Amino acid sequence: MRRILAILLENEPGSLSRIVGLFSQRAFNIETLTVAPTDDPSLSRITIATVGDDKVLEQIVKQVNKLIDVIKITDLTERAHVERELVLVKVLAMNDKSRTEVKRIADIFRGAIIDIGKQIYTIELTGDADKIAAFIKTLSYETEIVEVVRSGCVGIARGEKALKV
Amino acid sequence: MTAKLYTGAEMVVKALSALEVKYLFGYPGGSVLDIYDALFQQDDVEHVLVRHEQAATHMADGYARATGEVGYVLATSGPGATNCVTGIATAYMDSIPMVVLAGQVPTTLIGDDAFQETDIVGCSRPIVKHSFNCRRLEDIPNIIAQAAYIAKTGRPGPVVVELPKDILMPTHKAAFNIELDVQMRSYNPTVKGHPKQIKKAVKTIANAERLVVYSGGGIVLANAAELLTELVETLDAPVTNTLMGLGGISGTHKNFIGMLGMHGSLEANKTMANADVILALGARFDDRVTNNVKKFCPNATIIHVDIDPTSISKTINAHVPVVGLVDIVIEQLLAELKETNFQKNEAALKQWWQQIEGWRSVNSVSYVPPAEGGKIKPQQVVEAMYKITNGEAYVCSDVGQHQMFAAQYYPFAKPRQWINSGGLGTMGFGFPAAMGVKMAFPDSHVICITGDGSIQMNIQELSTCMQYGIPVKIISLNNRSLGMVRQWQDMVYGGRHSSSYMESLPDFVKLAEAYGHVGMQINTLDELDSKLEQAFAMKDRLVFVDVLVDEKEHVYPMQIRLGAIDDMWIKKGDKA
Ligand SMILES: Cc1ncc(C[n+]2csc(CCOP(=O)(O)OP(=O)(O)O)c2C)c(N)n1
Ligand SMILES: [Mg+2]
Repeated sequence: MRRILAILLENEPGSLSRIVGLFSQRAFNIETLTVAPTDDPSLSRITIATVGDDKVLEQIVKQVNKLIDVIKITDLTERAHVERELVLVKVLAMNDKSRTEVKRIADIFRGAIIDIGKQIYTIELTGDADKIAAFIKTLSYETEIVEVVRSGCVGIARGEKALKV
Repeated sequence: MTAKLYTGAEMVVKALSALEVKYLFGYPGGSVLDIYDALFQQDDVEHVLVRHEQAATHMADGYARATGEVGYVLATSGPGATNCVTGIATAYMDSIPMVVLAGQVPTTLIGDDAFQETDIVGCSRPIVKHSFNCRRLEDIPNIIAQAAYIAKTGRPGPVVVELPKDILMPTHKAAFNIELDVQMRSYNPTVKGHPKQIKKAVKTIANAERLVVYSGGGIVLANAAELLTELVETLDAPVTNTLMGLGGISGTHKNFIGMLGMHGSLEANKTMANADVILALGARFDDRVTNNVKKFCPNATIIHVDIDPTSISKTINAHVPVVGLVDIVIEQLLAELKETNFQKNEAALKQWWQQIEGWRSVNSVSYVPPAEGGKIKPQQVVEAMYKITNGEAYVCSDVGQHQMFAAQYYPFAKPRQWINSGGLGTMGFGFPAAMGVKMAFPDSHVICITGDGSIQMNIQELSTCMQYGIPVKIISLNNRSLGMVRQWQDMVYGGRHSSSYMESLPDFVKLAEAYGHVGMQINTLDELDSKLEQAFAMKDRLVFVDVLVDEKEHVYPMQIRLGAIDDMWIKKGDKA
């Protein structure tokens, strides 16, 4: 099953490498990983999207928690949550037809064209993993995709629940 | 008045002395020469110069296992640090508190592939509890204090501290501030078991008809042997120890049914297999215990007490998990038993013990003594050793058949008496570990039980023993082979002894003498007791006793590969 884990940890050199090392050492899967400091610069927040059965997931959560510089870990997928990922897509926009089509698809998905080259449009879009997958697929029907970069997903629990010290 | 200023190197030593560190095991080199200079100018911390950094880690480890304190190591950058890796991994697998201070090239050169630069924090990352890249001299004291705190609290383990040369040098100085009462927002080792889980555990225990207590190294680490004994006696339950847990209850206690696992006793493994409730205390269901996890005790309800949540339900699912320090949890269990007015189920116990006595009567841990004039059996050496030392020695083992014979034939009365690399199985561990133990307890008998293979993996330390006067007794069960490998080749590989035979063994007696020690060889059974007695009588000398034993002897009983916990060979060709 796909899970999204949110980790709060000390913003120190080596913290990230311990997380990544743990996943490879114990053969846990990482689908996406994002990391950045929080509003409190002494803390980092990592979001990891992973897949595994319940037993594997239990080990992942426990093993991450065991790392000395990890303060908290939570499985966002256990409760109502919001998941977002940013994607930048560069596509060929050679003629009027393809330019119109790309613009139309971007509008439907609430994306924005953020750069235009001679024959290239670059589109920005946020959404959950499903929306992004659908967007890229739809684009690929209409034009040629030149480059895709995805941020990896971030997530937050709905309602009062907050991951903080 | 302005505060006195210190160099980074002085801070290292001052921090160690603030932590009341007695011994620092190490080896010098370019990046740590400032620390050595600071060590030279004080008397608080004694530095012990080894002959190989791996031995420094094992010495610190042995010291830590015997005393329960943190063991400290100092090594230079690059090869000095990488030589520590095996010792760090050994300590990690057995949860031993250790702090390794490793030099590093100056911060200005890090990343340049400078001379003797290795990323030791990176190299050791999967085998440490935690590590620190120290980058500012002001941070040195508190990083060392934190390292010690992390190493010894919760589930203990090794911590690496990397110290670049430029923050150690006399060119920079700062005030010395150390907080010995360490507080960390990200690290609060859980200590007490959850009351609800304690209640559940006691209920499960009270309803059991065939309970077994399965205890491991956690009991030793938590100094919980007396509590374990009290619990076992309260319940009148059979108790088995893991290889790491030996001494957690006296080896001669009537409720003790021996070690379990691969070379455990038949009664221990049978009792586990037939139990309806397994109370696991500070043990981790290692694969050398469970055998095939798919066939592991399918009918038992498992209560698992461990300080480390990751150990619970990792290999074997626990029905009643209890996270907590095992000593505190046993106290809680005892209190709850009292509270609920626990009464033993005498009828069930009687039946259960009858069954166990049946397995016991097979006498699975036994051997056939040699015929008149035949070669000494390795088991006989361990028995003689037990007799002569009154069962009171610290026995530090290397890895191989001799290790299993020692575990089987030397019943340990107390925890910390049995010191071996159970998790990693590091050949070369025994001798330096024994040295560390002897430094901690100079008046006790300290034995290194070893083999002709293992002893050669750190034999250079004979020189260290001479320098510091460390009179351990080395008892080598010399079977002219890598016995444990050979045994597997006999059993699994059609008797093809591929590279398990040690040709060109040195003359160990002469070798010991060359280092200035006493060497002795024992060839025949009739001289075994007398020569061993002689060796132990030489209190102030290191004696290397080279005992020529029967090279054909196998370790039995032995679990049958891929079978259930109690599927065992009792002797050659004889299944349980
Ligand atoms: C460093 C290391 N290398 C290899 C092994 C694999 N190994 C386990 S036991 C053994 C043989 C040990 O021989 P010896 O010390 O003579 O003991 P014996 O089994 O003969 O009693 C070997 C090679 C190991 N445990 N550790
Ligand atoms: Mg041997």
